[in-house]
Amino acid sequence: MSTVRVLAGTRKGAFILTSDGTRRDWRVSGPHFAGWEIYHMKGSPVDPNRLYASQCSGWFGQVIQRSDDGGASWTPVGNKFTYDGVPGTHQWYDGTPHPWEFKRVWHLEPSLADPDTVYAGVEDAALFRSTDGGANWEELSGLRRHDTGPHWQPGAGGMCLHTILLDPANKQRMYIAISAAGAFRSDDGGASWKPINKGLVSNFMPDPTAEVGHCVHHVAMHPARPDVLFMQKHWDVMRSDDAGDSWQEVSGNLPTDFGFVIDVHAHEPETLYVVPIKSDSEHFPPEGKLRVYRSRTGGHEWEALTKGLPQSDCYVNVLRDAMAVDRLDECGVYFGTTGGQVYASADAGDNWTPIVRDLPAVLSVEVQTLP
Amino acid sequence: MIRVILPYHLRTLAQVKGEIALEVPEPVTARTVLDALEARYPVLCGTIRDHQTLERRAFLRFFACEEDWSHESMDAPLPEAVAAGRKPLLILGAIAGG
Repeated sequence: MSTVRVLAGTRKGAFILTSDGTRRDWRVSGPHFAGWEIYHMKGSPVDPNRLYASQCSGWFGQVIQRSDDGGASWTPVGNKFTYDGVPGTHQWYDGTPHPWEFKRVWHLEPSLADPDTVYAGVEDAALFRSTDGGANWEELSGLRRHDTGPHWQPGAGGMCLHTILLDPANKQRMYIAISAAGAFRSDDGGASWKPINKGLVSNFMPDPTAEVGHCVHHVAMHPARPDVLFMQKHWDVMRSDDAGDSWQEVSGNLPTDFGFVIDVHAHEPETLYVVPIKSDSEHFPPEGKLRVYRSRTGGHEWEALTKGLPQSDCYVNVLRDAMAVDRLDECGVYFGTTGGQVYASADAGDNWTPIVRDLPAVLSVEVQTLP
Repeated sequence: MIRVILPYHLRTLAQVKGEIALEVPEPVTARTVLDALEARYPVLCGTIRDHQTLERRAFLRFFACEEDWSHESMDAPLPEAVAAGRKPLLILGAIAGG
């Protein structure tokens, strides 16, 4: 029977939750790296026992950890993230130029083909790559050196590169997203980049339809249809059917279209999940009811999924990298909250249960489906 | 031998317990001690001082002989008692609470 491994990064360490394919009983391992912020952990699709973790601290900076045995043991690898050349400046909150400064790694995306190759999305926004299992990191500086780079500005959470999507059908194509610059696509393996924000409207910007400046919170893709992208923006849920060249709003009947996470069902490319959050001023669920919304029509029409989720007095948030799906026949959906719960549904969202409920605030959730 | 005491999280990261004893060439300064420390424990590179600037990370403090050494030059000789190994160089994380 298959095994499911959930990788949860939290404000105070990493936790690994495992279950068999029934997903009824869970074993919790952790905290790993206790006391450190674990922004993200992810396993290699080629070698699932190869895991990478971003471990950081305001005191001690950035550490990257690697496991070759599915998280049983870890080895610190390279933590030197040096911007290519003279970094230059981006815009600060007040519009003045501000030097690019490395702060932390938000997201690690292992290669689809090579377990030793992994991409890192960092704050201040840049993309790095390691081809030696994390020992050394090199910036793919074509992104940061894009003509628009000096105009990028941080969101409230910092100027983070938080989403990295690798196209399984075209190894030269990848997508990234930055708060608050927007989404970008490379068609040459990361050497050069193009903003893909046409159709996004951000009313807080002087020019609401500008080429860059949009606060994209997360982007998701189904691997079978890599040209179709789904985006949870600061406000608005969006969809693109042309690899990001244009976007259409699909918020439909959501109670609010603010939120952070978005993901796609493992086997139904038109089935989406979001967790609406009340507003950018009140980062908790509307009416104190924690609801996942599912669309089976690629957007526009959404249904609330509430069974097993708290429907009163719930004021947690679900952060941008804190939702994932497994690949079992009956797709499992998982998300973590700032209240320390990791909720799981073994039936595509119809029913939910907390598989662990008193962790530190959850920053990220990834899932591995193991044979 | 120079004695160095690391904060808890860095002891865990470097997999050491208690004090560290280091051979440090003269002059014994914060820089030469950190050079020796990072040579012995490469995992500490970037955690006490910045990779590029080699400056102390803002939330760490250096203490020697009950004195705050954090704002001294990295090339200033440490107190004789530290250089002689009678007293440790203490590296602390800034205290946070609440």
